[in-house]
Amino acid sequence: MKLLRLTATAAVTALALTACGGEKIGETPVAGSSSGAAACGTFNLAVNPWVGYEANAAVIAYVAEKNLGCTVTKKDLKEEIAWQGFGTGEVDAIVENWGHDDLKKKYIDEQKTAVAAGETGNKGVIGWYVPPWMAAQYPDITDWNNLNKYAAQFKTSESGDKGQLLDGDPSFVTNDEALVKNLKLNYKVVYAGSEAALITAFRQAEAKKTPLIGYFYEPQWFLAELKLVKVSLPKYETGCDADAAKVACDYPEYVLDKIVSKKFADANGPAYKLVKAFTWTNDDQNVVAKYIAEDKLSADDAAKKWVEANPDKVKAWLAQ
Amino acid sequence: MATTTVGLQRTWRRPGKPVLVAAVLLAWVLIWVPARGVHTLGLSPADLTPLHHWLNDVNDTVGANRDSSPFFLYFFNEIRAAVDSLVTFLQDLIAQPSYGRPVPVLGWLGVVAVVAYVSWVFAGWKPALLAAAGFVFFGLQGLWEESMDTLALTLGAVVISLLIGIPLGIWAGLSDRFHKLVTPVLDFMQTMPTFVYLAPLTLLFLIGPASATIATLIYAMPPAIRLTAHGIRSVPRSAVEASESLGATGRQKLTGVLLPLSKGTIVLGVNQTIMAALSMVTIAALIDAPGLGKTVIKALQTLDVGTAFNAGLAIVVMAVVLDRVTTAAGNRVRQTGRAARFRRPLLAVFGVVAAVCAYLSHTYYWAAEFPDDVTIGGTLAKSADSVALWAQQDLSTATEAIKNAITYALLNPLEALLVESPWWLVGAVAVLLAALLGTVRSVITTAACVALLIGTGLWQDSMTTLAMTIVATAMVMLLGVAVGVWMGRNRFADRIIRPVLDAGQTMPAFVYLVPFLALFSATRFTAIVAAVVFAAPVAIKIVADGVRAIPAATAESATAAGSSAWQMITKVQLPMARPSLTLAANQGLIYVLSMVVVGGLVGAGALGYDVVAGFSQGQLYGKGLAAGAAIVLLGIMLDRIARASSPSKGSN
Repeated sequence: MKLLRLTATAAVTALALTACGGEKIGETPVAGSSSGAAACGTFNLAVNPWVGYEANAAVIAYVAEKNLGCTVTKKDLKEEIAWQGFGTGEVDAIVENWGHDDLKKKYIDEQKTAVAAGETGNKGVIGWYVPPWMAAQYPDITDWNNLNKYAAQFKTSESGDKGQLLDGDPSFVTNDEALVKNLKLNYKVVYAGSEAALITAFRQAEAKKTPLIGYFYEPQWFLAELKLVKVSLPKYETGCDADAAKVACDYPEYVLDKIVSKKFADANGPAYKLVKAFTWTNDDQNVVAKYIAEDKLSADDAAKKWVEANPDKVKAWLAQ
Repeated sequence: MATTTVGLQRTWRRPGKPVLVAAVLLAWVLIWVPARGVHTLGLSPADLTPLHHWLNDVNDTVGANRDSSPFFLYFFNEIRAAVDSLVTFLQDLIAQPSYGRPVPVLGWLGVVAVVAYVSWVFAGWKPALLAAAGFVFFGLQGLWEESMDTLALTLGAVVISLLIGIPLGIWAGLSDRFHKLVTPVLDFMQTMPTFVYLAPLTLLFLIGPASATIATLIYAMPPAIRLTAHGIRSVPRSAVEASESLGATGRQKLTGVLLPLSKGTIVLGVNQTIMAALSMVTIAALIDAPGLGKTVIKALQTLDVGTAFNAGLAIVVMAVVLDRVTTAAGNRVRQTGRAARFRRPLLAVFGVVAAVCAYLSHTYYWAAEFPDDVTIGGTLAKSADSVALWAQQDLSTATEAIKNAITYALLNPLEALLVESPWWLVGAVAVLLAALLGTVRSVITTAACVALLIGTGLWQDSMTTLAMTIVATAMVMLLGVAVGVWMGRNRFADRIIRPVLDAGQTMPAFVYLVPFLALFSATRFTAIVAAVVFAAPVAIKIVADGVRAIPAATAESATAAGSSAWQMITKVQLPMARPSLTLAANQGLIYVLSMVVVGGLVGAGALGYDVVAGFSQGQLYGKGLAAGAAIVLLGIMLDRIARASSPSKGSN
């Protein structure tokens, strides 16, 4: 009993003594600028869950913090919830929007809580892709007219006696069931259910040289690792996808854009001006996405690397 | 199919019944052959029913009126503010820079010391050492801040769950009427997929800690209510009567007899609430909940298995620490109730040590910020990566074969039977089975569930999901009996396997989705495997406990009578552990159903995909909600049929 008490007392003293060497909290002033922050204030930036978006957000946040002195609060949210945040005042900006005409109608036209803030400069492509080994071995597979010839190869435990068309990340719009039906393809749509599932499927297909055809999109960091080959469907023409059940044409090219909350736009602060001016190319985004996804840099470090390599582009945004 | 096996075991009691069940199933197959493909009520993934449109409209109306309705201004906003300030306070305390300081109030040393001290006071030496080691491990993983954010959010959710749950549990323990009323609500809270209510929650409570906490506590509160009620209901009548005869008032009865005698069970409820709250960490991250969940989700975007594993491991360690501490505390409450006298001086001494550590961590950088030069997180991530890569490259041919064998031999025929049958045929079979195995009430419940399933507009998807659920539950029970009996008979095996089971239960599914996808492709089988990983541990633990609970005298007399190990298992231990087997099947089923949504992420399609898509696309919101309801209905239907068929009504 006594021994225990002694050791305990000794431990306390030892702890107290070792402490004397350390640096005290509060002795050195906290780093950080308070001068510019007043002008810009807090900037609530939604971060949707895919790497391309994260690249946009990383660069905008980096410039807003370093050049404009804003306090950037990044919020990790799915698209739906981010849009909802415009109304509740919790989100100021979405910086890579894929179409979402229904949400535009709801929040921009009806509720009037959001406004468009221009294009990001990125072009989005959606379509059917095959792994590179297949395109090399069967060059005519990239034409949809020949797909039925290969249907048997794509058979899996999920598709019965038809070929499997591996679909969907649930976040993206898909017309694939209608397409299969209207183009009279001998395929069954199987819902992979997540981007991770699609990427893993393509990775395995290329590594093991197994057949696979599936839904994918660009820009996407994975394409830097594995250059999937797009299958051409009947060409898209305006209005050919008007009736969802009768679609028989390719997906349109998506012009990716930025959406901000109405309040944020009306205030017209420096952060809003930056978001509005921000624009870059698919190659730019791919570089930053690669830093994040393949080189495992943090979003902030990835943005820093790109900004330091592209001072002119950043200057152009800030000049406006 | 657990229902039929339970029925088969009862041949000796009510002969004829298994024959009738078999006859019903045979008739089903015979009618299926000519009738297949008609009245299957299919609905394509992009199509909606009027109900789904209506649900969309309701959602839109709520969103549009958020800022003007007094209900919001004075009710939801107040709740939000209260919850927000509680969680933010906890974060300021241990996780985030706060009060104008670059670090939280308590640094790592302080948190470790306080946690160890509290664990020692309530649970004893061993749990305290485990807790200290576990918390230092978070720091070594390079995940101190994330872990503390997760801990703060979990604690917040648990505190509120208990504040509301324990009084409700006491009420449900005292009042039969309230108990009956609250049970289906709790079933609903536990089986409704979280994805369904995440988006509405952020509408009601905005984006932030409040929504994340409330999402967590919806799932975490039911065990606290159930187990508190169960504890109070299990107090022996004689104890209550004795106090009544002494003229105790209602209040005295509660505080003097009922609560003290049910303390142990209530602590178990606390334990289960903590576990449930931790299992929500990754899902809550989808609405910006801070902490380890975010690390997992971010890593999944780049398919970074190693980083996800590192963060997942921290969640497992936190769960194991909190589980062992609360379990030990519960056992102590049950045994003694009061600290032994000689501990008092020690209490003071260690209290001082903890306080000094807390002070140091408040004052000095070295004790506040975990030193980042001793990280092992990178190494852990790399080794997890290489294991995953090895499995993907060298095992996937073999695993692909297993997948195909089970899919073609078991899953596809079963699915064909369920999906291609006309709805009236499946409905009739379900009602007949309920009638054969259960009571009038189970018939009514089953019929109502079938009708409501049709009402959701997702009948065919429900049947696809049902086929997967049945196969997964069968695999869970197979594992549950095999491993559970082994663990029940062998203490050493128990000690080795139990941590693995804990990991299976608490490791977020998002961590192992990518390797599983590589091994089994994006298929229904992958979804089944994920469900089995999550559900089998519960079944195994319940069976093991059941086998161990068989009185030693029974086992000894069987051994004396010269029975072999096999006879011992099949003739004595399994029959005597039958209530546990039923409970294992029931819990296994509920856990399998709670993985339906995760299944939707890896190729299961059907209801799981509907829910995920509804969460992701506005125009599918109503359909996702309906799919969530369909999952709940499947759960209720299967649970009621299975429970009706068991002689001792399995308690949950």
